This record gives sequence, structure tokens and C-alpha cells, in this order.
Amino acid sequence: MKKQSIGKIMEKYSIFIILVVMIIFCSFMNQNFLKPQNLINVARQLSVSIIIAYGEMLLVISGLIDLSVGSVLALAGVLSIASFQNTGSLAVGFIVAILVGVACNLVNAFLVTNVNVPPFIATLAMQMSARGIALYFTNGQNLLQLKEYTIFGQGNVGPVPNPVIFMLVITVIIWYVTNHTRYGRSLYAIGGNEAAAVASGIDVKRSKYITFIINGILAGIAGVLFMSRVNAGLPNGAVGYEMEGLTATIVGGTSFSGGVGTTLGTLVGAFIIGFLNNIMNLTGVDSYIQQIVKGGIIAVAVGYDIMSKNKKTRKVIIVDEKEKKEA
Amino acid sequence: MENEAIKLRVSGVSKSFPGVKALDNINFSVRKGTLHALCGENGAGKSTLMKIINGLYKADAGQIYIDGQPVEIKNPIQARDFGIAMIAQELNYVPEMSIEENIFLGRLPVTGPGKVDWKRVRKETLELLERENLNYSPKQKLKTLTVSDIQMLEILKAISNNAQIVIMDEPTSAITNREVEVLFKKIEALKAQGVSIIYISHKMDEVFRIADDITILRDGQTVWTKRAAETDLDEVIAAMVGRRMDNAYPKEEVPIGKPVLDVKGLRSEGVFENIDFNVRAGEIVGFAGLMGAGRTEVMRAIFGLDPYDAGTININGKDCTIKKVSDAINEKLVMLSEDRRRFGIIPIRSVMENASISSLDKFIFKGKSHPSLERKLVGEYFEKMNVKTPSLDTLIQALSGGNQQKVLLAKWMLRDPDVLILDEPTRGIDVGAKFEIYKLMTDMAKEGKAVVMVSSELPELIGMCDRIYVMSQGHITGCLDRSEFSQETIMKFAMSK
Repeated sequence: MKKQSIGKIMEKYSIFIILVVMIIFCSFMNQNFLKPQNLINVARQLSVSIIIAYGEMLLVISGLIDLSVGSVLALAGVLSIASFQNTGSLAVGFIVAILVGVACNLVNAFLVTNVNVPPFIATLAMQMSARGIALYFTNGQNLLQLKEYTIFGQGNVGPVPNPVIFMLVITVIIWYVTNHTRYGRSLYAIGGNEAAAVASGIDVKRSKYITFIINGILAGIAGVLFMSRVNAGLPNGAVGYEMEGLTATIVGGTSFSGGVGTTLGTLVGAFIIGFLNNIMNLTGVDSYIQQIVKGGIIAVAVGYDIMSKNKKTRKVIIVDEKEKKEA
Repeated sequence: MENEAIKLRVSGVSKSFPGVKALDNINFSVRKGTLHALCGENGAGKSTLMKIINGLYKADAGQIYIDGQPVEIKNPIQARDFGIAMIAQELNYVPEMSIEENIFLGRLPVTGPGKVDWKRVRKETLELLERENLNYSPKQKLKTLTVSDIQMLEILKAISNNAQIVIMDEPTSAITNREVEVLFKKIEALKAQGVSIIYISHKMDEVFRIADDITILRDGQTVWTKRAAETDLDEVIAAMVGRRMDNAYPKEEVPIGKPVLDVKGLRSEGVFENIDFNVRAGEIVGFAGLMGAGRTEVMRAIFGLDPYDAGTININGKDCTIKKVSDAINEKLVMLSEDRRRFGIIPIRSVMENASISSLDKFIFKGKSHPSLERKLVGEYFEKMNVKTPSLDTLIQALSGGNQQKVLLAKWMLRDPDVLILDEPTRGIDVGAKFEIYKLMTDMAKEGKAVVMVSSELPELIGMCDRIYVMSQGHITGCLDRSEFSQETIMKFAMSK
């Protein structure tokens, strides 16, 4: 009985164990790895992609996906900076970013839930259009002179960078939403079996809209942090960030076929990739080799996860002796 | 089967699935040029056995012989090479592909360097269509054909492949009487050519009309094999249901109260119309009818899964507008769907989550969740319904069909409904679990709930219901009281127009 439960714990927390082993391993590889400054740097670098990863996580759990988040992030960022430059108000800049993110995602949600366009296609279209708007609006030029706007991405609270604060607060909120709200619980049902969710009385359409809206808010915040940290409004920035977000959440155990995924898993998934990048940089691994290793690790991690899950379902066999006898 | 040529022999075949021993030491032989009927209740193991013969499943034990030679059939392609063709209950075809492509699916003839020989495909398809008087173009997409023609094509496809053993799983379940005659003629012709046919059907009149031999399966075991001429209907049915005939249905007399569900003039254009019925507190009301009679469609409309065009749904004396499922749930009407996999379970989530998904407002309120309350309440209901699960966190897909069904029943009982619609509640589950579901239905009736049971199994309707409505072609054609119940009467109404 006890042995089995240890095995179960190992299975349930395998991703955390991988992270811990990795930290121990890295600390031996390079003595700078465990230094607070290095860890804080890693966290700061990861903040934007973790925030995006949560949006992708909610979508993927409910059987959706967003390929447009990199473009939407850029559009939200440049419009936010432009409105800050015109009004001089940080609050206006911040709110504009969120509104832009939400607006783009309302279009996504409309196409997906009302017109039944597959999410892959709908958000691919948005990826192009949002990027186009960002480039058209800025004439392809970077917006400079960010002044106080840089506070979002470059400021600190004590030793902790602002983006990390944002990321941590959002982590807590997303964790609460997925575990302790009706909306969060409905996500898993929708992704696990949408027809059954409908037949159970869940308002699937509403849930999908909420998910896209949250995704939009996160994209807006990510846009502010990203632009403010690089000190410019880059209409061409954050290309391919949707993949960073998706990778983190998939490595963190979110099932691409929907219905499974956790906030902490996504966080850990992001850090596994972050630490991997970091240790390879610290030890001077060639950047092309880094890409090869990253690709391999993702394939192995996800492959292992899927295989162990298959084994698990095969293992749990419940023979109803009693049921048989009564028959 | 003494000295005649045995085409196919199944010897000692066993097969287990998680939670169910589907087949247990199956033995039977099919003679050359004959039709061998396999009879048994749902869940007796017929389809599993056929899938093994067709190479879709691998048997855990046992041996299959063709023409006396032991063979190992690893997949349907190998089965085809052995001359086995299966016409499945759910027809296998690609609706978007043309007739000729479907006929030659997976075995397109090629010339030299791998180029498809379309000329030959076209020629052979045309010959086939002409010979069978099917007035279609080879290029026509399959989705434009009627079901019976598609089925006929499947059979043609099988023969065009020189099949020696043709398996037909419920071939008449979706076709009209006239089309059945065409099918039977085809079967006679096949037999004359020396083809052996394994025929699975619930329709006993058909079986006695065309079968040469009959084998009975029950609970995954062979009961006996006899010549059709040497047995009769009563013997077959007795063998199929076995000893548990006498107390199979734990029906109890319950005082009947006021009407709880009263449906008037319900209509959905082209699907059903003039649907009037009521269900009273403590009553179990059955809905009988053939496949496609519109029973499920009516229930789906009442539950808010499909829209309806006209009519009133009165629950507890109040006319209700039901546009979506949550409306029905708020009026204390719930429905267990016929298709557990599609509309019931969320396979990759825990049994607890599956049970509480429709009652989240009971566990998450005022911005807080109450997991311990959830565990306690779900646990109580599982105990009450006798759900056998290792823990509340076990994934529901790991449970047997019967236990999954009980979890889904617990999900609806958590809502404390006044009306329960159970659509085929015992489909595809073990006999023992069936009995438990019946007992739960009786308990529900005793608690004063109104229960609607849609079923295609007449014995269980007759055994469990107080009244039975019969539907045919989108209409209610009859309503019988318990004293009037008989399979013949029900079938008469089910066939009427």
C-alpha cells in the first residue's frame, strides 16, 4: 500500500522532481548558477513567456489554442506606448494595452465559438492581421523615448524586478481560477469531452469567451512588460512567442488533446526550459547546439509523459468480482 | 457438426478488457456455404468475438482454424487475405470518397511503378454496379447514397474481394423491410456460391428465417450450437437470458402521484410531431420503438440539447421554456444520455469531477470552493449507488461500463431531480450492473421521482415500467398499461404508421 503511494507521488509530481534534479545538476555544472542574481535574472527573463503560457494553458486545457499571442502582444505594446506618449499617463497606457489584447481575443472567440472556425485557423489569421496593424500603425518604425514607461519592465521592488512581481501575482490568480472557480472546473470538462460538458449543463460558449478574454488581458500585460523592458515599442517584437508559451505549458504537463493541465505545472515547465537555456549559456554551449538540445528535451519530456500516462490507464484495471458473481 | 466441411472453427477463445471478461472459452464452427447465426443479449460478447475473427482485437487465448488450418489473424488486412470480410454494424466507409474509391479502399490495383490503375477500377466498379442493378455513377460520393445501398456496396466490396467468410453484424438494423428482402436474396446467392456467413442479429424472426445453425452466447460464453431446424424461439430466448429470467427485474409497486412532466404537442420539423405524454411521481414510463423512431430526439429536445418548433413542456405544473440544458436542470429535469462515451463521461478526469460537474454551485459558492464538502457528498452518493472505484481521484475511464454509468447516475442524483430521463441506461454494461441500475430506478421511483426510460430492449421495458409509450416514425402510436404489456403488442405499435 505504502510503496504504491510513493510511486503515485512520483508520478504526480514527476515534473517537480525533474526541476529539482535539474537545479542540483546545474549547481554542480556551474558555481554561478545558484547565485541569487542569476536566479533573479532567469525569473525576469521568463516572466513574459510565463504570463503568455498561462493564457495558452487555459486555452489548451479547454481544447483551444492561440497562435496570435505574439502579434497581439506587439500590437498591444505599441498602442499602449503610443497612448502613453500622447497622454503622459501610465494608467492610460496600461489600460489601452489590456483593451487591445481583449479586443483581438474577442474577435478570436467570436470566430471560434460563433462561426465555428477551427481555433488554429482563426488565431493564425489574427496572428497576421494583428502584426499587420502594428506595423501599419507605426509605419514599421520602432517607438522610442519611453521615459517613465520603463518602470513596468525595469523597475524593482527591493531586489525583485517588477516583471517578476507581475508574474507571481498572475500565477496566484490563475492558480485560484483553475482550482477554485466554477469557470476553472468547467474548462477541464470542456477540454475533456465538450459534448458531455454541454449535456451536463455547462455554458460552453461563455466559458470559451472568458478564456479568450483572460488570454487577451494576459497578452496586454505581457505587451507592456516586454516593450518596457527592451526600452522601445517594437512592432516587429515578440515574433513566435506563442510557441514559447505553448512549450512551457506542454512541458509542464498540459495535454495537447485538452482536459489536463495545471498552473504550477506550467510554471515549472517554463523554469525547466529557462534553466536549461541559462546553464547552456553559463557553460558556453554553442547557440545552435542549444537549439538542438532544447528540441530534443521537449520531445523526450512530452513523449515520456504520454507514455507513462498510457501505461497508467492500462494498469488500473478494476475487476468487479462482485458484479460478476451477481450475474 | 460431423462430416461436413468446416470452414471456420473458433476454439477456446478468451478475451478480457479492463473490468470485464468479454469472452471466456468460446467454441463454435461454421460450415461451408451456410449461414450461422450468433445470438445473445447486448454485452454477451458477439461483437468482440467478431472483431477477433476480423483481426481488430487480439485474443488472450484460443485458436482460430480456417479450412482446418490454424491461423493467426493479426489485423483486418490479414483477415482479408484469409477471405474474411466484415460488414460492421457501423458501416466503415469514407463519405467524402467516391463509390469506386470506397470499393477499392486499401487495395487499389497498381500498374508497374506504383501507379493506380484507374481504368481497371472504373471498369470493375461499373460491372459490379450494373450486375447488382445499382443505378449510380462510380464517381458519385458515398455520402449521397442511402444507408441500405451503402450496405449493399459493402457486401459487394466483400464479395468482389473473393471473401469466403462474410460477417454481418446487425445488417438489418438500419434498413427498411423491402431492403431486407433484397439483402436476404443476396445472402441466399452467396450461400449457393459456397460462402459462409456469420450473422449477428437481435431479430429472432430473421434468424429463424435464414439461419442454418445457431450459436448462443451468454456473458461471454458459448451456451450451445444447434441446427436452426432442431430448436425453437423459446429455447433460444431461454438460453440467451439464462437462469436469471425469473427475478431479473426488481420492480416494486409504488404509489403513483400527480403528473410531474406533462408534454403537449411537441414538434420538431421533420423529426417528430404531436408528441403528448405525461409522467407521474413514482412512475417509471417506458419509451419503446425501432431505431430512428425519434425517441432520443424527443428526449434531447425536452432536455434542451436540441431545439424544438412547437409544443409545451410542463414540469411540476409550470410551463417551462427550455432552451439549453441548464434551463432543464433548473426545472429539476435531468437526462442520462444513450451514448455514454460521447455525451456522458469525461474520460480523462476523475470520478469525483465527473460526478460533481453538474453541481458545481453546491461546492463552489460565494467565491470559495469547498473541496471537503464535495468529497463528502460525492462519496455518500457513490456509496448509495454502490459505485466501485479505488478512490474518488481515479480516472473514470479506468472503471467498467456499469460503474461509469453509476457515476453518471450519481451526478444527476446530486441535483435531486424530480424528472429523470434515462436513455438506454443499460446499454453495453454487465448483466450484474444492469440489475443494479434497475434497482436504482426502483429506488428513484420510491422517492417519488418521475422516471422516463427509453430502451430498445423490450424485456427490460416490460419488466420495469408502469406504462409504455410506443413511437414510430416520429409519432407516438400507442400507450400501454402494465396489464397490456406484451412484446407482440409493442412491436405492432412500433411498426405502425
